[in-house]
Amino acid sequence: MSRITVALLVGGALGILDGLTAWFTPEVRSQLLGIVAGSTVKGLIAGALIGLFARKAERTAPTLVFGTGVGALLALVIALLQGSHYLEIILPGTLVGLLTGYATMRYGRQRAAASATVR
Amino acid sequence: MTRLDDATLVRLRDALREPDLSGTRYRLLGPVGSGGMGTVYAVEDTELGRRVGLKILDLEDAEVEARLRREASVLARLEHPGIVPVHDVGRLIDGRAFYTMKLVQGEQLDRYAAREHPLPERLRVFLRVAEAVAFAHARGVLHRDLKPQNVMIGPFGEVLVLDWGLAKVLDDPRPGANGGAAARLRLPGDTGEGAVLGTPGFMAPEQQSGGSAAVDTRADVFSLGALLQWLAEERPPAALRAIVRKAMEHLPSDRYPSVEALAADVERFLDGAAVSAYPEGLLRRAARVAARHRIALGLVAAYLLGRGLILLFTGH
Repeated sequence: MSRITVALLVGGALGILDGLTAWFTPEVRSQLLGIVAGSTVKGLIAGALIGLFARKAERTAPTLVFGTGVGALLALVIALLQGSHYLEIILPGTLVGLLTGYATMRYGRQRAAASATVR
Repeated sequence: MTRLDDATLVRLRDALREPDLSGTRYRLLGPVGSGGMGTVYAVEDTELGRRVGLKILDLEDAEVEARLRREASVLARLEHPGIVPVHDVGRLIDGRAFYTMKLVQGEQLDRYAAREHPLPERLRVFLRVAEAVAFAHARGVLHRDLKPQNVMIGPFGEVLVLDWGLAKVLDDPRPGANGGAAARLRLPGDTGEGAVLGTPGFMAPEQQSGGSAAVDTRADVFSLGALLQWLAEERPPAALRAIVRKAMEHLPSDRYPSVEALAADVERFLDGAAVSAYPEGLLRRAARVAARHRIALGLVAAYLLGRGLILLFTGH
């Protein structure tokens, strides 16, 4: 699978899981569906950005830093919109970004180099 | 009468041994090494202005000359980065045959392996050797003398398989073309079908029994297994031991069917994947998969731990 596909799949899957953990917070349990949907979209956006970056950079360390940053930034935006539960949203969101970055580099296939034709 | 000292005698003897390259386009630079049938010199190609290696017979001998020429023609059909290219074939004014090739600089695999190198690095060198041998097999050529001394590691990490003097050309119909003029354990003299070609310890059992006709690509698989065993550390992991065991099975039919299959198993071992030579139980398989994905599993564990701690300390 290409790096972008892996990043989208991992970002989306982790977004769903991350959203589902809201079930442990009783006061937001009633909004679980909306939280899961929002978290999934956040994961997909993070995945797309990380996948594009990974394809361009083709280096693990910068992709991990970028993934962590993107995860943290998107989680911060959600937390600011929510106005509460900063730690509960930002810490896991950051880890999701890091995980997505790692999985993208570890399991995504490098883009094939353009081949030269000798005439 | 003046007596000559030892140093002068050695210089005189070396001067007598030096080939006379007059009449050729080459200028002698110095000896590089010697093998079973000849000596390799570094020479300068005066027309192209480059240094090349010149292999020349130590003695004028029709049978050994045929072998040298055959080695040159075998090399000429094997254009591969892991195989030394031949440039030219000719004869010196003293009648001895020679061929020139790329001047190989670097160190032999035995010297390379005598130093500390991590197992994955050694296995990657092995894979490069296997790649060159697989290419030769695809061109219908068996090496038949794979051993550490016949592999050279270049200064930029390039891996070259040398000494194709015992090579067998699978589709060569000429009588004696497949080593008939070769040596018994590298000693000139023993010739013909039934001659034992190769190096003990690295030679397949069917080669040791002297049946040249019975030898096929799986003889090189055996030698590569011996090379792998030699390259692996003293106590290699069980899966690698199983690969060596399968490559070095007594019966060719029990070995890997091809060099590619052997190399694929070594690559799988390097990737932490399951190898065909080593059937594993559920627990061992789980341990291998966990080891292969340890960083990803570690990150998942960190995520779950983070979630757990948040739950523990904030109550939600």
